[in-house]
Amino acid sequence: MSETLDLSLYAKPAAGGSLGMDLAVEGITCGACIARIESAVKRVPGVTDARLNFTNRRLHVVWDDAVVKPARILETLETIGYHGYPFVPLRAEQEEAAEARRLLRCVAVAGFAAMNVMLLSVAVWSGNASDITPETRDFFHWVSALIALPAAAYAGRPFFASAFQALKARSLNMNVPISLGVVLALGMSVVETAKHAADAYYDSALMLLFFLLVGRALEHAMRRKTRAVAGNLAALKGETAHRFAGDELVSVPVAALKAGDRVLIKPGERVPADGRVVSGRSEIDESIVTGETARRSIAAGATVCAGAMNYSGMLTLKVTAAGDAALIDEIEKLLEKAASAKSRATRLADRASRIYAPVVHAAAALTAAGWLVAGASVHDAVVVAITVLIITCPCALALAIPAVQVVASGALFQRGTILNAGDVIERLAETDVAVFDKTGTLTLPEPRVENAAMIDPAVLRMAARLALSSRHPLAVALAREATVSAPYDGTVEEPGQGMRAMIDGVEARLGSAGFCGLSSLIDDGEGVKSAPASSTICFRHGDKRAVIAIGQALRPDAVATVNALQHLGLELRILSGDRNAAVRPIADALGIKSWTGELSPVEKIGIVQRMKADGRRVLMVGDGLNDAPSLAAAHVSLSPIAAADLTQAQADAVFLGERLTPVADAVRIARRARRLMTENLGFAAVYNAVAVPIAIAGLVTPLFAAIAMSASSIAVTLNALRARAGERL
Amino acid sequence: MNVLVYLVPLAIGLGLVGLFAFLWALRSGQYTDIDGAALRVLSDDDVKP
Repeated sequence: MSETLDLSLYAKPAAGGSLGMDLAVEGITCGACIARIESAVKRVPGVTDARLNFTNRRLHVVWDDAVVKPARILETLETIGYHGYPFVPLRAEQEEAAEARRLLRCVAVAGFAAMNVMLLSVAVWSGNASDITPETRDFFHWVSALIALPAAAYAGRPFFASAFQALKARSLNMNVPISLGVVLALGMSVVETAKHAADAYYDSALMLLFFLLVGRALEHAMRRKTRAVAGNLAALKGETAHRFAGDELVSVPVAALKAGDRVLIKPGERVPADGRVVSGRSEIDESIVTGETARRSIAAGATVCAGAMNYSGMLTLKVTAAGDAALIDEIEKLLEKAASAKSRATRLADRASRIYAPVVHAAAALTAAGWLVAGASVHDAVVVAITVLIITCPCALALAIPAVQVVASGALFQRGTILNAGDVIERLAETDVAVFDKTGTLTLPEPRVENAAMIDPAVLRMAARLALSSRHPLAVALAREATVSAPYDGTVEEPGQGMRAMIDGVEARLGSAGFCGLSSLIDDGEGVKSAPASSTICFRHGDKRAVIAIGQALRPDAVATVNALQHLGLELRILSGDRNAAVRPIADALGIKSWTGELSPVEKIGIVQRMKADGRRVLMVGDGLNDAPSLAAAHVSLSPIAAADLTQAQADAVFLGERLTPVADAVRIARRARRLMTENLGFAAVYNAVAVPIAIAGLVTPLFAAIAMSASSIAVTLNALRARAGERL
Repeated sequence: MNVLVYLVPLAIGLGLVGLFAFLWALRSGQYTDIDGAALRVLSDDDVKP
């Protein structure tokens, strides 16, 4: 029974009747990989183009479908040592790429205009101090206007559009004072130029736009980078299912499965979709769904959830529509409720701009009124009011928070945490209690050998190498201990029993106790005293024998992370769907006193909501499907990369790898970032406290405005850079 | 100071050349793979010995 791989889901029509596809490529380490991959793929007959993007590790291939099938391209990558995973680029990613180009164009135009206008302004400033003729000054001002007006109209669009949206919705955001400042500064400058005045503000308006655009472009680039990595990781997880097509078996991406399809699930594979078992008998591990580590026996008629691990037998599954399984249905209802109850935490920047904008506009209006009352002409009063608007510099304020967010999310990214939203940092910094799920979060997502220390290393190595030949999940766990990658020759697997091979002329057996003739050893309980929740697998080679316990192991740095979090002043809790007997040893090992087991998703979210009602800011860390509602309900949530898809979609951030340290790092970096944001806001306030009275007094010259604004922007940005200062957190 | 009448437009013209060069580079995808471009230049596969 040979199986074909059907990738038609991913193929997109390209120019000239050929097809194109994007692959996330794993295993790229250095620049030489580019040429190796491209030349190897291009040598495949029928492939017309292959281009690797080294920055986001993606390969774009174009081929003629009449000549070659895309599965051949994946095989070619395999043979030269890389793995390619096809994926459909998200619409959001394409839109963001276009938005990034738009922002860069605006930055370029604003930068060009700001520099040229500054060149002319410097000449006017020095001329005003010496002997510039009014004609030359007017000429310089008109040239500045010619550059500044079209440039600002083009480069200011991101701000104008957003300000217009806000005003239409009868609210204020940071872009309203920015847009108003720019428009007024340019308008006043044109009027002043027409009147042959000595000063104009073209340079200030353009510098303001340029600095703000650079900040936005950086923030956007950071977000795109993390999104690209997240997209690749999703593609790497993208699994295939074996679908029946008549008597044939076709490998299809899980995303292509539809209700009513029949799929085959082999031992050691995950259930690709929700469905009902049609035939077969097996044990499944649903820990990623419910947190329960004990396996469940299933037979024809049983319903299973996507994500469950199939252990012992072949299963045929009929895919049902999503939401048919009772558990998924319940979780989706809970999610809906949690999402609607989630009060949108007001972001620091919004709060700041909500105070800032009315205060500044009121100050400008009062200034104009004050000067009129004091007997100044209307023209002079308006000029002073506008300088107040320009000098209050939304620049520093508008950069104060985004700059810190960019630097902090970069620092988090380097430590293996990918943020789903910009305001996560603020919410992370506020948490005072961390709630952990047990299975797959505090423990590793895959089982490990638990009693390695009690087994003769040579015997363990031999057993592990024998285990390499099987896809049974217990064997896969044992195979992690293997020191070589090649299995023994002539290994025979007895389904449901174990496997045997001849090693050094003596038969070795690995599998159930009965299969290895070691039932008496198990009855004595030898070698498996450690954890009651673990499974055992036996090994015999001549007179050498071992009982290997395989179970859930703590993440290697779980204890250190828990200590670090306690040191940060967080209260810790474990909420698990697993049996109490399985939760207790983990809680004891970590020294977490407050733990609860045997919780349903409803009870979990209930506890989280009660803590919220008590005024606690809950950080929820979880991976199972049963955690998804609690993650959505919590103040902020983290999820390991191995988590169920639905769960990951609810989490505010995802952390990579086997270590738990990113959780403690995230809280630490977020707190530091939060401190820097407050500092930056404080700095902007102090700056305004100094500059605004000078502006109200009518003492601000264009030179002073330009210097003060640039200096404040740069000071705020430099302060933000401290968010990445590494180890001295 | 009449020299300014053509020197200033000339300076701005030069600036515009730079601006359009950047916009062209952006449009033609020079900024889509910044890390890769730095490494591709080292590869000499396209040079016939």
